[in-house]
Amino acid sequence: MELPLDYTTLRLIWWGLLGVLLIGFALTDGFDMGVGALLPFVAKTDEERRMVINTVGATWEGNQVWFIVGGAAIFAAWPFVYAVSFSGFYLAMFLVLSALILRPVSFKYRSKRPDKRWRSMWDWGLFIGSFVPALVFGVAVGNVMLGAPFRLDSDLRSFYEGTLLGLFSPFTLICGLLSVCMLVLHGAAWLSIKGEQGPVLHRARAIGTVAGLLSLVLFAVGGLFIAFGDIGFRITGALDTAGFSNPLRTTVEAAPGAWMDNYGLYPWMIIAPVLGFLGAAAGLIGMWRRSPALAFGGSSASAVGIISTVGLSMFPFILPSSINPQSSLTVWNASSSHTTLFIMLIVVVVFMPIVLLYTAWVYKVLWGRTSTAALKTNPDLY
Amino acid sequence: MIDLAVVDLSRLQFALTALYHFLFVPLTLGLSFMLVIMESIYVMTRRPIWRTITRFWGVLFGINFVLGVATGLTMEFQFGMNWSYYSHYVGDIFGAPLAIEGLMAFFLEATFVGLMFFGWDKLPRVGHLFVTFMVALGTNLSALWILVANGWMQNPVGAAFNPDTMRMEVVDFMAVIFNPVAQAKFVHTVSAGYVCAAVVVLGISAFYLLKGQHVGFAKRSMTVAAAFGLLSSLSVVVLGDESGYALTDNQKMKLAALEAMWRTEPAPAGLTAFGIPSMEDRHTHFEVKIPYVLGLISTRSIDKPVIGILELVAVAEDRIERGVIAVDALEKVKADHTDMAARAQFETVRNDLGYGLLLKRYVADPRQATPEQIKQAAWDTVPNVPLMFWVFRIMAGIGFLMIGLFATAFVLCTLRKHETRWFLRLAVLAIPLPWIAIESGWLLAEVGRQPWAVEGVLPTFLGASSLTVPQLWTTIIGFTVLYGALAVIEVGLILRAVKKGPFNQHDIVDEPQAEGEPAVA
Repeated sequence: MELPLDYTTLRLIWWGLLGVLLIGFALTDGFDMGVGALLPFVAKTDEERRMVINTVGATWEGNQVWFIVGGAAIFAAWPFVYAVSFSGFYLAMFLVLSALILRPVSFKYRSKRPDKRWRSMWDWGLFIGSFVPALVFGVAVGNVMLGAPFRLDSDLRSFYEGTLLGLFSPFTLICGLLSVCMLVLHGAAWLSIKGEQGPVLHRARAIGTVAGLLSLVLFAVGGLFIAFGDIGFRITGALDTAGFSNPLRTTVEAAPGAWMDNYGLYPWMIIAPVLGFLGAAAGLIGMWRRSPALAFGGSSASAVGIISTVGLSMFPFILPSSINPQSSLTVWNASSSHTTLFIMLIVVVVFMPIVLLYTAWVYKVLWGRTSTAALKTNPDLY
Repeated sequence: MIDLAVVDLSRLQFALTALYHFLFVPLTLGLSFMLVIMESIYVMTRRPIWRTITRFWGVLFGINFVLGVATGLTMEFQFGMNWSYYSHYVGDIFGAPLAIEGLMAFFLEATFVGLMFFGWDKLPRVGHLFVTFMVALGTNLSALWILVANGWMQNPVGAAFNPDTMRMEVVDFMAVIFNPVAQAKFVHTVSAGYVCAAVVVLGISAFYLLKGQHVGFAKRSMTVAAAFGLLSSLSVVVLGDESGYALTDNQKMKLAALEAMWRTEPAPAGLTAFGIPSMEDRHTHFEVKIPYVLGLISTRSIDKPVIGILELVAVAEDRIERGVIAVDALEKVKADHTDMAARAQFETVRNDLGYGLLLKRYVADPRQATPEQIKQAAWDTVPNVPLMFWVFRIMAGIGFLMIGLFATAFVLCTLRKHETRWFLRLAVLAIPLPWIAIESGWLLAEVGRQPWAVEGVLPTFLGASSLTVPQLWTTIIGFTVLYGALAVIEVGLILRAVKKGPFNQHDIVDEPQAEGEPAVA
């Protein structure tokens, strides 16, 4: 069957969709995580904590699906990436999953019993379930940029030669902290929209402002590492963008500084890092000037910019290998078949608008600030 | 060579997390639709008691739902974590239904579930019913896509091996979606979930009636459970997934194994009601047979024979020999991907490649295999017969018990004899049964699939990631401790909610007029 879109175009689209799903996750579940990470520090009394939890209580579940769909879409469209990265970052994934498992139960079970220790236990569960994934995701992205220590044999079976502690280096920690700060800023901005005016929002504003400042600094330092550090890979041999998905047929070498190449080749790509900086700055000003719209718009723009920067800098690489560059996974050699990419694109084109539509409707129904007064009268709240 | 300790631990890990996940999912599947039924009655009658009923079962639904979600997270990622070569080898096909599940079903269910709990005062009655229905729809669609994925592992239609990418790729996606094994599994599995929910509602209502508490509430709930449970238990047994057992060699093997039928029987075959199967003797001791029944069920005919294990092993041996030729041709293509002669040869035996790979358990290069190793590998295609034999009987036995339970409940409810005490005691005792049947069914389906991860395509032992034993123990122990603690907490919260009763979950005081009123609205 002749498909109406060629393989190269479909691979490019799916690379873009990978970005869209990650950004969707960061924008929606990102503020849930930010709020969860802020919880023990901005809310002191039980009433304050319940107010904070209920700003995301009804919608976090749908938001988390972005993460799950992201994982499944990588499986369907980039099976090599799914297979190599999750088995390679095995213990890190275990850490993330264990933390994430705590989140649904913490939301639901926390207010089922009145005693203080019970509630405090679940509050920390929420904190861990938000802070740990935010940190580890950032560290993981840092490692992806550095290249992961894996190699493929002739059966395309992957072998990983790293350790859990090996994932933590100065550069990857900067990425991890940037991810935390970006999401904390986003969470604080969400609270400024959805939370009740008062001491909680004052504390969130203080922490959010610091997180915004740190985002700017960490993003800049990360950029310096990329520009001047020993980071980057380059495809050297002939390139068949519509060829078979077999990584061993591409030749790749480590090339320090190569993550800056694209900004020379395609100057428009500079929009992404600029957006990352301007967004964080706008978020910061929004927090400071008490403008919830500017704060949330800014933190959203900064997340879009920062994530896009990673993707565009590395293009066409998705997961380079640090010990055997030949095994590196790129947009052109790690995708599903032409047919699968096409079918899955149709599925996305049909269902994504429907998802966005009903998600918007649900947010509209639940619109308005969460008040502590409602906690006393509405028995459904967490 | 493959480290078999890693393979065994990876299997243990997957079995634990999947069995655990499946403790919560069936109740979610069924209870979501029961909430729709209860809330529909509320919308139609506008009697507040039905709102109380919906909300109370909704509380239990919520406590259970979050653990389904929490454990589902692990499921979504552990294919890549623990079964990395599997993920590469079949991701082109297997990943698609999982991604569609997320987009079409899980988004729906998860986005609306918050509104279902928080939206009672924000939506008109019909609007809220719509939300509840969307949750039920999402939950059940979710099961559909997961079973399309699982059905493909049992009957891998619509795909072919591509020697250039060293993996299976889609050739006919419609065949993957409309896979008959997947369709049968879907109906069977969701029906089992409905039975599970009906048993829980019935059992807890019976508990209230025995104690003389919340009588009006409990009688109404019991009536819904009786009708819903009777239909579902009939569906789960009548529409069992036996319809797929004639389709492939492995499915035939599964049927022979669960019947412990070593030799082909002349048509129509008899059903073994009792026996002690032995793997060593390749014989079932003390067999008690019911004539004709198996042939009728599994082939839907009186003249087709049901094939026995020994004959199927002989078939496997032939396929392994052709598989060695496939492996040889593939090695030549790998060495030189322009070797057209090797490609042509591969085409003739590509369907047996998986059988050739079975030999990798014994020898790194299947082309070096001895005739003994080929025989051994052929016998590997027989799953654990005694286990299959018994879990099938446990599952099917409970299935029939459920029909009896709900038929009795239905008659009693129709006769308005809700408070028949011996039955109420039985109903409370029956609460664990659906879980035993469901987990047995999972074991039957997945142990019966062994030695394959994907039937005839990829042996399980090749699918595992290149991990180490300590890594696997870390996650097995970690997940077990975490899951164990959460299970204890969950049961505690459900018992607490049951104890508080339907009228104290929310501080809203519902009108007490419903209490003591025998009529069922």
